[in-house]
Amino acid sequence: MTDATSAATPPESFRGAVWAQFRKHKGAVFGLIVLGLLVIFSVIGPLVWNPEKLTVVEALKSKNLGPSLTHPMGTDQLGRDQMQRMMAAGKVSLAVGFVAMIIAIFLGTLIGVLAGYFKRLDGPLMRLTDMFLALPLIPLLLVMVMLFRDDLSRAMGPEMGAFVLIVFAIGVTSWMHAARIVRGEVLALKEREYVLASRSIGATPRRVILRHILPNVISPVMVAATLGVAEAIITESVLSFLGLGFPPDFPTWGRLLFEGLEYMQLYPERVIFPGLAISLTVLSVNYIGDGLRDALDPRIRGR
Amino acid sequence: MLTFTLRRLLLAIPTLLLISLVIFLLVDLAPGSPASEIPLTVPPEVRMKILEALGVNEPLHVRYLLWLKQFFWVEPLNGFDAIFGTNYAEGMQRIISYQSRSPVFPLIGERLPQTLTVIGTAYLVGVLIALPIGIYSAYKQYSLFDQFGTMFAMIGFSVPTFFTGTLFIIIFAVWLGWFPTKYDTTLEVTDWDSFLTQLRQMAMPVMVLGLANAAAISRYMRSSMLENMSQDYVRTARAKGMDERTVVLKHVLRNSLIPVVTVIALGIPSIFGGAIITENLFGVNGIGSALIQAIRGNDLPMVQTLAFIFAILIVAFNLIADLLYGMLDPRIRYD
Repeated sequence: MTDATSAATPPESFRGAVWAQFRKHKGAVFGLIVLGLLVIFSVIGPLVWNPEKLTVVEALKSKNLGPSLTHPMGTDQLGRDQMQRMMAAGKVSLAVGFVAMIIAIFLGTLIGVLAGYFKRLDGPLMRLTDMFLALPLIPLLLVMVMLFRDDLSRAMGPEMGAFVLIVFAIGVTSWMHAARIVRGEVLALKEREYVLASRSIGATPRRVILRHILPNVISPVMVAATLGVAEAIITESVLSFLGLGFPPDFPTWGRLLFEGLEYMQLYPERVIFPGLAISLTVLSVNYIGDGLRDALDPRIRGR
Repeated sequence: MLTFTLRRLLLAIPTLLLISLVIFLLVDLAPGSPASEIPLTVPPEVRMKILEALGVNEPLHVRYLLWLKQFFWVEPLNGFDAIFGTNYAEGMQRIISYQSRSPVFPLIGERLPQTLTVIGTAYLVGVLIALPIGIYSAYKQYSLFDQFGTMFAMIGFSVPTFFTGTLFIIIFAVWLGWFPTKYDTTLEVTDWDSFLTQLRQMAMPVMVLGLANAAAISRYMRSSMLENMSQDYVRTARAKGMDERTVVLKHVLRNSLIPVVTVIALGIPSIFGGAIITENLFGVNGIGSALIQAIRGNDLPMVQTLAFIFAILIVAFNLIADLLYGMLDPRIRYD
C-alpha cells in the first residue's frame, strides 16, 4: 500500500505483463519467429531476390531444374524460378489469411455483440449462427467459387476478382466461432457494475458497447483472430488444391502445390516447398494463438 | 428425455428447411446456371425446349418445392420400392443428374460404399490411435510422452491433409514403393491376395485421415482424463487400495469417455467433408470425388443433393451427440 513497495516493484503495464507471459511459451516464441521469417521471405524477399526475365530460349533450357545455387528451389515446367514464385505466392496466401480473418472477426464481433447486448436479437442471431454451423462449408465454398468466379473476374480482372471472391467467401463462412465467444463474453460483461453505472448516467447502448464492452472482449477476439488466420490459409489452399482457387499466373502456396502434383514423382521438391510453407505458417500461427491465450488469461498470467 | 428428443427433432425441421433453401438459392441463382451454358447461336425455341427438358423453366418457388418433394418423398419411395419390389413411386419425377441423365440417388448409392470403407476405417483408426495417446499423456502429465503427444497433436492440427497425403505418396509410394499411388475402385475382394491388395491400397488414405482425426481426439481425451484424475472418487478408489490399472482404466476412463464420445459423434459428418480432399488425392471413387466432379461439370441437381445430404448429416449427428451426452452423463438431465 505504501509508495515504497510500489516503487520497488513498478506496476507492470498490461502489455508488458502479456509480453512477459507470452515469452514464457516456447512454442509461441518459435511460432512468432517462424511466421516473421515467412513474412519477411514473402514481402521483402522479392526486393532482394529478383532473377532476370528469361528469353524464350533461356526458359526452354532452364525448365524443370533441380535446386541449385542459381535457383535455390529449382524451376518449374516453364523455366520460371520456383523461389520467386514461392515469394509471390506467399504474399497472396498470407494476404488471404489476414483479410479473410478480418472479415470473419468483424462479422463475428458485430453479431456476437448484438446478440449478447440486445436480448431481442439474441434468439434469431444465435439461430442464424447455428444454421451457419450446420452448413457443409467446403462443398458450399467450392460451389460459390465455381459459380461466381467468371462474373467477378470479368468485373474486376482475374486476379482481383479471385481474391475478392475467395476472401469474401471464406470470411462469411467462418465468423460463427468468434460470434459465439463474443456473445458469451458480452452476456457476462453486461451484468457488471460499471456497465450498469454507465447505463444509469444515460449512456446510449452505442457508447456503452464501444467504450466499455468492446475493449473487454478484445482478448478472446484476438485469440480467435489468430486461429482464424490459420484456418483461412488452410481453406484457401484447399480450394486452390482442388483447382478452384486462384488463376495460375497469380499463385498461392496451395496453387503451387496443386501444380506440383503433376510432377510429384519426378520433382518432389515442387510439392514439398509449398506444402512446408503452408504447414509452417499454420503451425506457427496455431502456436502463437496458444501462447496468446495463455498470456491474455489473467488467471494464468503472473504465475 | 423423450420430450427433449421430440423438441430437438421438431427444431431440426426448420433448420434443415432453411439450409435447404440456402443451398438451393445459392446454387440456383448463381450466374453459372444451365441457361448461360447454352451457346447464343441456339435458336430461342430450341433453347426453351432445352430448358424445359432440364426442368428449369418453372418459377423459382415451384422448382424449390418440387426439389423438396423429390428429396423427401419421391426418393425415399423409390428406395422403398427397390427394397420391397413394390411400385409406389412409378411415374413420379426423380432428381435427375445433368451429367449422366440418370437419377441422382442411385449414383450416390454407388459411391457411398467406397467412402464408407475408406473414410470409416480411417475414422476408426484415428479413434484407436487417439484414445491410448490421450489416456497415457494425461496419466503421465508433462512427461516426455505427453510433450511428444502435444507436439503430435499440434502438427496433426496444422499440417493440412493434402500435404500429408502428398508426402505419404512421395515417401511410401514413389520412393519406397510399398503402396500403390492410386486407389483402384474396381478391385473386388474375393480371396486372401485381393484382400491384401485392398489393405495395401487403403493404407495411405486411411493413415492420412486417421492421423488428422487422431490429433484432435487425443487432445480431448487428454483434457477429459486430466479433469477426472483430480476428482475425489479417484482418491477414494486409490485409498481403498485398488491398483492403478483399475483406477485409471475403469474409474477414470469410463467417466472421461463421456465428453469424448460426443466429440467423436460430432466429428463424423465433418469427415465426409474432409474426405473430399483425400478422395481426390488418392482417386477413391466416393461421394467426395462425386461432388467435385459434379461441381466441375456444372451438375446442379447433384451438387444440391450432395450438399444437402452433408447438411443433414451435420444436423443429425449434432442431435445424436446431444442425446448421447444426456444418456451417458447422469448429471445432465434435459427435462
